[in-house]
Amino acid sequence: MTSKTVLTKRLSRDALTTPHTGSVAKGRRNTLLRWGLYAILILFALFYLMPLFVMLTTSLKSLEEIRTGSLLALPRDITFAPWAEAWSTACAGTQCEGLRPFFWNSVLMAVPAVAISTVIGALNGYVFAQWRFPGANLFFAAILFGCFIPFQVVLLPMAQMLGLMGLAGTIPGLIFVHVIYGIGFTTLFFRNYYVTIPQELVRAAKVDGAGFFRIFWSIFLPISLPIITVSVIWQFTQIWNDFLFGVSFSGAGSQPVTVALNNIVNSTTGVKAYNVDMASAIIAALPTLLVYVVAGKYFIRGLTAGSVKG
Amino acid sequence: MPILQIDHLQKSYGDTQILHDINISIEEGDFLVLVGPSGCGKSTLLNCIAGLEPITGGAVRIAGRDVTGVSPKDRDIAMVFQSYALYPTMSVARNITFGMKVRGVDKVTQDRKLTEVARQLQIEPLLNRKPGQLSGGQRQRVAMGRALVRDPKLFLFDEPLSNLDAKLRVSMRTEIKKLHQDLNASIVYVTHDQIEAMTLATRIVVMKGGVIQQIGTPAEIYNRPANMFVADFMGSPAMNLIPARVRSEAGQTRIEIDRAGDAPLVITDPVSRDLPAQIVLGVRPEDIHEATGNAHLPGTAEGAGGEVMIDIVEPAGADTFAVTHLGGKPVTARLRAESAVRARAPFPLAFDLSKVSYFSPKDGVRLN
Repeated sequence: MTSKTVLTKRLSRDALTTPHTGSVAKGRRNTLLRWGLYAILILFALFYLMPLFVMLTTSLKSLEEIRTGSLLALPRDITFAPWAEAWSTACAGTQCEGLRPFFWNSVLMAVPAVAISTVIGALNGYVFAQWRFPGANLFFAAILFGCFIPFQVVLLPMAQMLGLMGLAGTIPGLIFVHVIYGIGFTTLFFRNYYVTIPQELVRAAKVDGAGFFRIFWSIFLPISLPIITVSVIWQFTQIWNDFLFGVSFSGAGSQPVTVALNNIVNSTTGVKAYNVDMASAIIAALPTLLVYVVAGKYFIRGLTAGSVKG
Repeated sequence: MPILQIDHLQKSYGDTQILHDINISIEEGDFLVLVGPSGCGKSTLLNCIAGLEPITGGAVRIAGRDVTGVSPKDRDIAMVFQSYALYPTMSVARNITFGMKVRGVDKVTQDRKLTEVARQLQIEPLLNRKPGQLSGGQRQRVAMGRALVRDPKLFLFDEPLSNLDAKLRVSMRTEIKKLHQDLNASIVYVTHDQIEAMTLATRIVVMKGGVIQQIGTPAEIYNRPANMFVADFMGSPAMNLIPARVRSEAGQTRIEIDRAGDAPLVITDPVSRDLPAQIVLGVRPEDIHEATGNAHLPGTAEGAGGEVMIDIVEPAGADTFAVTHLGGKPVTARLRAESAVRARAPFPLAFDLSKVSYFSPKDGVRLN
C-alpha cells in the first residue's frame, strides 16, 4: 500500500464517520460530566448531613449501646426515652424539668420579637423607599450601620438600659433587645423591596385620597408576601438561635431554649447522657428547620424578587 | 371664572430653579397642553398643579379656590399617569372604585359609577382582571376610568400615551379628544409630542428650561410662533429658519438670501416693515410652493421666489418634500405629489409671504 492510498483511505473514513462518532462522543462526555457532578454533589451533601445523622441515631440509642457501639452505626433498639427525658425531665442546672419550659420561653420571646421587628421594618422601609424626607439617606445609613455592630459591644449599655426600663431578666426585655437588633435588617429588606415599586403608585393613591397608612395597608402590604417571608425567616432564625443575648439578659424564669440546652449539656451528674444531649439539640433546632421547610420556597423567591409588575 | 389659574408660580430644588414665573389661566372646558422637550419642567408644573410637589412661590387656584397649600386629595382633581400606576393587587373594578371607597362613597353609588365608566370606556369584560393581565391599551383605559369616576373639576394627564405603540397612540389620542368633547371636561395634559399637542389642545403652552415660551391656540402657535424655539419645536417637518439680510427700498422690504453657487435670492415683501439688517426668515414647508410662472399663487407676492438647486427629493405619498440649501441651511418645501421636481436640478420656488415669520437672529424673538 502506498502512502497515498493510506492517506485517501484515512481521509474517506474520517469524512464518513467523524460527524457521527463526534456527536456520540460528545453526548457520552456530557453524560459522564453529569454523573461526575452528581457524585460530587451527593458526596458533599452526605458530608454535610453526617453530623445530623450522628445526632439523630445517637438520640435514638440507649446509653449502653452508645458506650459499646460505633458512632456511625444505626441504632439496634430504637428508644424514644432520651427524647422524653430531654423534653420533660433533663436537668438544666438545678431545675429538672427538661427543655419544655425554656422552649416556651423561646416561643414567647421569638414570636412577638419577629412580628414587631417585621412590622417596624416594613414601615421603615416604606418610608425610606416612598416617602423621602430631608436627611433620609443619613438615617438609612445609620440604620444600616446598626446591622454591623457586634453583639458584644452593646452588652453592657443594653444591660444598663434594660435595668433602667425595669425589663432586666424578663422575656419582654429579650423581645426589646431582639427587636432593636432586628430593625436594621428588616428595614433593609423592606426598603430594597419597596424601592423597586414606581413612585407614581403612591402619587396615584394620594390623588385618589388615600393617606400614609391607607396606602401602606391597601397597596404595599398586599404585594409584600415574599419579603415578609424573608424577614420572618431571617428574624426567626436569628432570634431563636441567639445565645449571647439570651444568656446575658435572661433571669431564672426567662431563659430561652438555647441557654437551657447549654445548661443541660454542661450539668451532668456522673455519666454523660449523649443521647439526651443530642435529642435536646435537635428539639432546640426543630422550629427553625420547620420555618425554613414551610416557607423556604418563598425565601429564595423573596431574595431574588426584582420588581413588581404593575 | 377660570377653572385653573396659576399666578407667578416658582419652583426650586435647593438652588436650582426649575420653573420661572409661570402664569397660566384656562376656562372651563379648555384642553390645555403643556409641551416641550424633556427637562423643560412640564411634568413638574403638572405635579405642582396636582399638589404632589410643593411650590416655592406664587399661587394655584382651581375653580376660584386657592389650593396652594392644599393636599392633592382635596384639590378636586384626577390624574392619569405615564406608567398608568394601577394598583397591582386590585382588580380593575377595585382600581376604579378605590378613590370612592377611600372617600366613603356608598356602595350603590360606587357600582353605578363603575358601570357607567366601564361602558363609556368599553372595559366591562375586564372588570374582574388584575392589571398584570391587561395589555398596554387596556391599562391605559383603566387608568382613565379611575380618573373619570371621580368627576373632578380638573383632569391632569402626564404623558399618558408615551408607553403605547405608535398605532395605538393615534387611536387613543382620538378617543381622548372624543372624551373631552363628550364630557366638556377641563384638562391639563403634558406631552413632549408636538403632534399630540396640536391635535388635542384648545390651548397650548410651549415650555423650555422652566420658562413659558408661548401660550396660544394651536393655530396661533403654529402660524405665529413667538420665537425661533417655538417655530422649530412645533410642526413636522420643522419650520425652515433661513438667515437673511434686509434692505428697505421705496416702501418695500427686500430680503436677500444666500444661494450656494449663485447670486443671492432676492424676494420682496410688499409690506413695509421695520426690520433690522440681519434677520432669520421663518417659513413653513407648506408655504413654499412651486412657482408657476405667470400665475401667481394667492397671497404670494410678485418676485417672492426664484430658481433654487434641489438637493434631495422625498416623495411621501400625499406630498413630495424637496430639500434645497438657502442661507447655508437646508430648507424643505412641501410640494404637490405630482410635482416634476428633480434632485440635483434647479427648480422654481415661491414663498408665501403672508405666512412667513421674521425673527431676530440675536435673541430669536419674533419681529412681525
